Amino acid sequence: MSGGMFARLVDGLEKTRHSLVEQVRNITLRSKKLDEDFFEELEETLILADVGVEATEMLVKKLRTEIHNNRVSEPDQVMAMFKKMLTEILSNHAADAASVVNAAAVADSDFPAAWMVVGVNGVGKTTTIGKLAALHAKAGKKVLLGAGDTFRAAAIDQLDIWAQRAGCEIVKHQEGSDPAAVAFDTIQAAKARKSDLVLLDTAGRLHTKVNLMEELRKVHRVVTREAVGFRTEVLLVLDATTGQNAIEQAKIFKEAVAVSGVALTKLDGTAKGGVIIAIAGILGIPIKYIGVGERPEDLREFHYGEFIEALFA
Amino acid sequence: MVFENLSARLQETFRKLRGKGKLSEKDVTDALREVRLALLEADVNFRVVKDFVAKVKERAVGQEVAASLTPGQQVVKIVHEELAALMGQKESKLAAVPNPPGVIMLVGLQGSGKTTSCAKLGAQLKKNGRRPLLVAADIYRPAAVKQLQVLGGQLDLPVFSLEGARPPEIARQAVAEALRLGRDAVLIDTAGRLHIDHELMDELKEIKSVVRPHEILLVVDAMTGQDAVNVAEGFHSDLNLTGLILTKLDSDTRGGAALSIRAVTGIPIKFAGVGEKTDQLETFHPDRMASRILGMGDVLSLIEKAETQFDLENSKKLAAKLRSAEFTLEDFLEQMKQVRQMGPLDQLMSMLPGIPQKQLKGIKIDPKELDRAEAIINSMTFKERRNPQIIDGSRKRRVASGSGTTVQDVNKLLSSFEQSRKMMKQLGDFTKGGGKGKGGNKFPFPI
Repeated sequence: MSGGMFARLVDGLEKTRHSLVEQVRNITLRSKKLDEDFFEELEETLILADVGVEATEMLVKKLRTEIHNNRVSEPDQVMAMFKKMLTEILSNHAADAASVVNAAAVADSDFPAAWMVVGVNGVGKTTTIGKLAALHAKAGKKVLLGAGDTFRAAAIDQLDIWAQRAGCEIVKHQEGSDPAAVAFDTIQAAKARKSDLVLLDTAGRLHTKVNLMEELRKVHRVVTREAVGFRTEVLLVLDATTGQNAIEQAKIFKEAVAVSGVALTKLDGTAKGGVIIAIAGILGIPIKYIGVGERPEDLREFHYGEFIEALFA
Repeated sequence: MVFENLSARLQETFRKLRGKGKLSEKDVTDALREVRLALLEADVNFRVVKDFVAKVKERAVGQEVAASLTPGQQVVKIVHEELAALMGQKESKLAAVPNPPGVIMLVGLQGSGKTTSCAKLGAQLKKNGRRPLLVAADIYRPAAVKQLQVLGGQLDLPVFSLEGARPPEIARQAVAEALRLGRDAVLIDTAGRLHIDHELMDELKEIKSVVRPHEILLVVDAMTGQDAVNVAEGFHSDLNLTGLILTKLDSDTRGGAALSIRAVTGIPIKFAGVGEKTDQLETFHPDRMASRILGMGDVLSLIEKAETQFDLENSKKLAAKLRSAEFTLEDFLEQMKQVRQMGPLDQLMSMLPGIPQKQLKGIKIDPKELDRAEAIINSMTFKERRNPQIIDGSRKRRVASGSGTTVQDVNKLLSSFEQSRKMMKQLGDFTKGGGKGKGGNKFPFPI
């Protein structure tokens, strides 16, 4: 990794770093002793960073135990413990899914692959696909896009433009056609053309719409049935500005279509990247990509070590 | 959702507090801890929560508990009133424009739903007899212009776009075009941007100075987290917003973002997007939002409804009868009538807190069912109503033909009457206070 790339990440996480890590640091510097006031302030800071009530309670409880067990009495020792805890949370889920030992690192052995991209409206599914296509095409992979969002006006055109930019092929139907049929045709085309990576777009849907989730299940069935020889993944795109609802979204999408990874977008726009802790800590879904800017290369593979270093930079 | 059942948790907190005349500081503190967590889980901004809880506490401590409420309900009532006050009491409408065309600019983060809202707003204005022109000024997102054109086509509304021009120029020419075409409303869809992106914020300011919009509406995703306040403040300080459109309210989010923005900036929420179709944009009702954020259904309206509609005299008599286990079919009929006075049953059910809306979908309460029950009881003799056990096969046949139902229907009614009689005996508590201040089931009917 070049220093420049890391600098971009540090930049992109600036707001989150400021609201989360620096605030915690301030508390540790300001506090004279580790009393109730200290923990209360810590709790506030975490909640303010969208870590969420549940994950916050978990973190604070853990920290209390650690502090007690290690007989720590000086607030300034807490910072290192906090960093260690975050590392544990973000690395644990990477370790327990054997297939993703290296969290998001996409190895050559992972191809050919078929990724289905899902999420609620407006989180950036199509843009994420466009960026993924650009990244992998640039890395020499043969990428095929499937325009599975047949609902939103001009979603197909939007993906088409991304295909042109990335210089890859696209399978598309008419607006309003059956997304499962698009999925089927895309996979068949990928087999015939020997594509390395299939990126299948789907229409944004609120996780509360039962019939739309049913439709997504059908698309998922088609993909898993047809994509023989491909490594299938279901990538859930979450918007980092979303609050606690992100956890609900992840739960329900996971249940419906076996989400295997998360792409967290718009992380540069929010000071509240704490939701990443809630997702990893509570749901244990591996985070595969994070978006920290507008350019294709700003969508980055997520490596927890690098992320933590950037956060505590 | 973790706090789906806030009211249940509150009830648990207050179980031990029953029967107190005044709210002590400790009662209030206990209650407010739950309220605080519920608000935080609902994504209400932390600072807003803090101020809010302090305010409620100040008001609640030492207050007399209304005769008809439990201390818990009393606190919730105060919380609710304060929430509603924070949200703004009444609906806010679009500003009236003396010299058309009125220009409305839509701004917001990426993916908040500006383009869709633009089309929806156009559809609503059209329905109200206006002649809107949609303007595609999002030249950055691939196919955003096309998206608005397609939506405009579906709604039969003209869409102005200009290839190669910068957004301020597009906006300027769009207004000129509206004048030429006799369009009386110009809706400008702008590109999504971060409130910290100075370059793009400057572009919005430029559009604003060129077309002098009557309304600048910030489109906000109802699911936004703690950052909502920063976003709104960012846009507000640069553009002086006149209102908000809250989108994706059809999700299961509590929508605390709405409260935070309103509390910090004072900008009114004017519309709410509640579905994917272009007609699913509603005027925003602040009071309903307060209930939603608390996650309590409309429990207070239910309390109020019950208080006003449920005849106290009757309920006392009923209570007396229950004690002596004299509950008859006549009382059963009386009860049904009272329940019905409170409004349609489905609506009543949806007001009950703690019942997830998902589960409610499966439950269909057929008002005809009640009509039938009434008819059956009305077809009985007084003697039968008082002593249902005398109703034998022959009487059942008579009652069935008299009420236009079947013997099975009569049997069904009799067994459900028997059930509710048993149930009510178990609710013995109710009988002791004439339905007051017990915090348990205030309704002696099996709804």
